[in-house]
Amino acid sequence: MNLECMTALELGAAIKKGEISAVEAAKFSLGQIDKYDKKLSCFVTVQDNVLARAEEVQKKIASGEYTSPLAGVPMGIKDNMCQKGIQTSCGSRMLYNFKPTYDATAVEEIMNAGAVPLGKLNMDEFAMGSTSETSWFGVTKNPWNTECVPGGSSGGSAAAVAAGECFYALGSDTGGSIRQPASFCGVTGIKPTYGSVSRFGLVAYASSLDQIGPLASNATDCAAVLAEIMKHDSRDNTSVATKGINLDAVMNMEVKGMKIGIPTDFFGEGLDSGVASCIESAAKQLEAMGAQIEKFDMPIVKYAIPAYYIIASAEASSNLSRYDGIKYGYRAENAGDLLELYTKSRSEGFGMEVKRRIMLGCFVLSSGYYDAYYRKALQAKALIKSAFDKAFEKYDLILGPVAPTTALKIGENLSDPLKMYLGDVYTVMINLAGLPAASVPCGFDLNGMPVGMHLIGNYFDEEKILGAAHAYQQVTDWHKRRPTGLDII
Amino acid sequence: MLITDELVTYLEALGRIKLPEESRAKAQSDLQEILQYIDTLSELDTEGIEPMSHALPLTNVMREDIVQPSVSPEEVLLNAPEQKNNYFLVPRSFE
Repeated sequence: MNLECMTALELGAAIKKGEISAVEAAKFSLGQIDKYDKKLSCFVTVQDNVLARAEEVQKKIASGEYTSPLAGVPMGIKDNMCQKGIQTSCGSRMLYNFKPTYDATAVEEIMNAGAVPLGKLNMDEFAMGSTSETSWFGVTKNPWNTECVPGGSSGGSAAAVAAGECFYALGSDTGGSIRQPASFCGVTGIKPTYGSVSRFGLVAYASSLDQIGPLASNATDCAAVLAEIMKHDSRDNTSVATKGINLDAVMNMEVKGMKIGIPTDFFGEGLDSGVASCIESAAKQLEAMGAQIEKFDMPIVKYAIPAYYIIASAEASSNLSRYDGIKYGYRAENAGDLLELYTKSRSEGFGMEVKRRIMLGCFVLSSGYYDAYYRKALQAKALIKSAFDKAFEKYDLILGPVAPTTALKIGENLSDPLKMYLGDVYTVMINLAGLPAASVPCGFDLNGMPVGMHLIGNYFDEEKILGAAHAYQQVTDWHKRRPTGLDII
Repeated sequence: MLITDELVTYLEALGRIKLPEESRAKAQSDLQEILQYIDTLSELDTEGIEPMSHALPLTNVMREDIVQPSVSPEEVLLNAPEQKNNYFLVPRSFE
């Protein structure tokens, strides 16, 4: 049985039928990690109990306890989700030794579905970054070209799925952190509606924007994962009870008759021509499948990045004040008094990008500047939401690029933070509005790097987004392409 | 808005961090550049717009006040860098 080309659902079905065991599947994935991860550095931690867990899962599938179509499938978890007893570092020296005493709800739910977690996946420090270069544990490489970044902050999650080291992964998305690496690595990823997946046990970056979601090799795998983790949780006060995901509804969705809007403002200055032409071809493909495509104006786009970086930094500066070198995490040595202990631990524990955002957040919240920056950004957020509300009165879905470029070379943007922030132009507004959106592979640029299209839906329209993506993936094979150079690197 | 050396020092104090001496100048110019870009937001007409903290109409979520098991002190202290007699240990803070 050739596991290399299998999707998570195909593998889950084969395990259920007894054609392959969960243990054999786990051994295969561990072998893949052995083969590729020295070069790619997707994993920060590989768990040492993978085979024991796989054996346990196999027994519980046999006994009928695990009935999920994903039971027994090996997967990975972004290193900002708490898993009991497993180092959860968030890509930071600050949490280099942190072993949670409980599971995040999303982890708990996926374990209840019979997941076999392989380990924790690399990310930008505290999810702050768009390249996975700011991790204390080193840079993850893009499997399509190891001189390029995988995107971020869920770069380890996207690269591991693209390289076939795991069959799906959990990521998190505050300003594009699932969708942008999915686009850069040629995999499918979705950020669901804010509140639909519990944030309990997710290390907080910007709590009003953070959302957990899946990355996988196609839309139906993403739907299957979402179906398991989209559940109401009383431990997260922003958790929303949704109707959940129906896999059949996703698989039977037709694009015919859908109205899809394309914001003209997404095609302005800064967009690579290679990316633009892939998105235009995807629009034509959807039109050929019976969708009605229409362009419309959305001039608020240009204010999304300023509003996002104000709000996200403000929340980050508050959320990260918990790291004091006392309760858990990194503690500096030789601190004379309490204040010095805080300052030294935080200065040595946090990297430059985290420090930058803490300072920016302190600035926009400080007295005298609060109204001009923070309050203003919350007003911009209201305007962004109403622009989308208006668009969804007319359209079923909104289509555009995920990122203005394909994966950049390692180091290209690291010393120029503003340039890195500008790459988030299309993704951050979705988080500000709290909407669901996916990245779906739709072509390659001239250098052979993958391009993702952005499918944005109205609140709780995850089925519609993934249904349209599935229909698209029935007639295209971009999502089936795999990096070819991996075995010779 | 000009980011001065004094403002950088003030923000360090607010954030309880200290930048390494060699990266201070770069941090200052990066913050300046970012803020200049962020300032484009002032062009946006927000007259009469209510600031929005959450996009979804979520209100305070209440639950019954029922006593539930919590984590034990031993578990809470499992990740503590230093501890003594079931307490977090910190440097002396009062003379």
